[in-house]
Amino acid sequence: MHEHTVTKKWNPLPDQPPPVRDFGLSGWLRKNLFSSVGNTLLTFIGITIVWLTVPPFIQWAVINAAWLGDSRSACDHLLEGEKAGACWIFIKVRLGMFMYGFYPDPERWRINFSLFLLALGGLPILTTSLLSENSGRAMYLVAGTVICIFFFGPIPGSVAALFLAGPFLLSLIPLTGKIPLRAWDWIFLFAVYPVIAWFLFVGDIFGLPYVDTHQWGGMFLTLVIAGIGIATSLPIGILLALGRRDSMPVIKTLCICFIELIRGVPLISVLFMASVMLPLLLPEGTHFDKLLRALIGVALFYAAYMAEVVRGGLAAIPKGQYEAAQALGWGYWKMMGLIILPQALRLVIPGIVNTFLGLFKDTTLVAVIGLMDMLGIVKAALADTEWLGFPKEAYIFAALTYWVFCFSMSRYSMSLEKRFQVNRR
Amino acid sequence: MPDQTALQQATSEPIIIISELEKWFGEFHVLKAISLTVKKGERVVICGPSGSGKSTLIRCINRLETHQKGKITVDGVELTDNLKNIDHVRREVGMLFQNFNLFPHLTVLENCTMSPVWIRKVPLAEATKLAQNYLERVKIPELADKYPPQISGGQQQRVAIARCLCMSPKIMLFDEPTSALDPEMIKEVLDVMVDLAESGMTMICVTHEMGFARTVADRIIFMDGGEIVEENDPETFFHHPKTDRAELFLGQILSHGFDD
Repeated sequence: MHEHTVTKKWNPLPDQPPPVRDFGLSGWLRKNLFSSVGNTLLTFIGITIVWLTVPPFIQWAVINAAWLGDSRSACDHLLEGEKAGACWIFIKVRLGMFMYGFYPDPERWRINFSLFLLALGGLPILTTSLLSENSGRAMYLVAGTVICIFFFGPIPGSVAALFLAGPFLLSLIPLTGKIPLRAWDWIFLFAVYPVIAWFLFVGDIFGLPYVDTHQWGGMFLTLVIAGIGIATSLPIGILLALGRRDSMPVIKTLCICFIELIRGVPLISVLFMASVMLPLLLPEGTHFDKLLRALIGVALFYAAYMAEVVRGGLAAIPKGQYEAAQALGWGYWKMMGLIILPQALRLVIPGIVNTFLGLFKDTTLVAVIGLMDMLGIVKAALADTEWLGFPKEAYIFAALTYWVFCFSMSRYSMSLEKRFQVNRR
Repeated sequence: MPDQTALQQATSEPIIIISELEKWFGEFHVLKAISLTVKKGERVVICGPSGSGKSTLIRCINRLETHQKGKITVDGVELTDNLKNIDHVRREVGMLFQNFNLFPHLTVLENCTMSPVWIRKVPLAEATKLAQNYLERVKIPELADKYPPQISGGQQQRVAIARCLCMSPKIMLFDEPTSALDPEMIKEVLDVMVDLAESGMTMICVTHEMGFARTVADRIIFMDGGEIVEENDPETFFHHPKTDRAELFLGQILSHGFDD
């Protein structure tokens, strides 16, 4: 080794702010709208289209429209001519039916109440930190109960209080506290809530009058089918995806056959099969609710699609993750549940939500087996002789309702993606 | 000196016994008649050219790879298809990978506490304390709440070491732990490994870091073509290799800047 002396000390250059790229409004316009002859032309075409369509629509849907009143006579003058406008009274009068179907009027609070419970139970799961702290959770419990008592009365209020307090208390008791609050939230939402909702919807217990499933309809039925479909298709889909990647040939073949069979047929035919063929195969006299058959059909159909989405996520997880988990002594199910699937599912959130949206909108297909979902009820209302001539209003309303639900799901999925972004490279 | 180490090794019991191990990948014969015994507290370095089967050999020890012939006994338990045995062995054997393989969706701390809590049923508070201790020991306690993709490779590998230690393994396997690292980060990982070696951990290490091998190893195993070509103490191996193959290998890797 030869002697060597350092003669210069290195100082790193200080960080500078990035160059400003904002050229103001005119700069933005020039860059984005008028950068070339072609783009300028496109801009003008776009403006023309907007000009030709939007003002007349607003004129029809808002300015000329009839909002007040509750009879057909208020809308007669709007049907044709210069002053043509939308008759939103039609929607207003039929709103109850669009939302609840033929569910008896005095019992509709049961639906509202169970949806409210669902929101109460789901919120701590959907949101992050605030409701996982004890003080926040206690305030949430009190607020939820008070609102419930105010809107639905003391007995539903106490049901809500018990439902909300359940996971909270169980997580505080030493014996059951080993399972964290978040897990109890999931258990309550998936095990306790369906039971409460079932009793509320069907009744015939605790003095609640019986409501048969053929009276269910409208947005309520859409939400029941979509909700159960979403809640069951994802877990079944995950199992199918795991099965398809399994090393055991029997399980693998069964899963592949199921997925490929289901994916190869339209949902309508699955629903027909469930509705028409299934009773033929079952022993004589077995009563099998029509709605239940539709639910099974939808859940299995979408489980097959979900399986392929999840499989895509599983394929993206490097082999090293499995090896590291195995080397640490993780068994198959724990490794899948806590290491592999959380990563895989986060990768495919857009695909999962895409499938959920498809499911939500495809609930309209239950019309073919005679169930009156939201769109079915809207179509039925159009045939009412008293209100002939307002299909536009009805379809716009239906479209808007579906859009609100789907768009909310899509926004929520985007916020989830953002939340999980932190641990991606 | 050699007599003394021989005496020490004779009195300590063997913890890994591999005899007549054979393995094929399809038609390719990767491991040929491997017999190797590692004693408790012993530090073994396995080196050799790439494709010589060294990684495969140590992956057989915790059954990330299955062998077709021969016998592997770890801590008195023979590795067979019996899942219970595999579980037992994997709990006693920690492993480090070339690509770290931290769980990217968990924080550094969670990476360290998950396995004790879920596999060894350690209470979370205790596991957290344990993890913080080991993060301290690998000199990165301040990174506990970061996610793996947010920290450097050297830091990730040290977290991986802490994660292994949290399971209190009896044996640790290192599969080229510094090969994916920048030169400046290699040292920080090697320092931790030297520290670990000095604490008496049984270690089997596949590495190209000959400096590390020389200072830490009790024994060097040189492999090529799926066989153990030479087995020797480091002094003899580096200065007077017995086989021409080892001499050629040493000549090639030592010609780049490795001198006394």
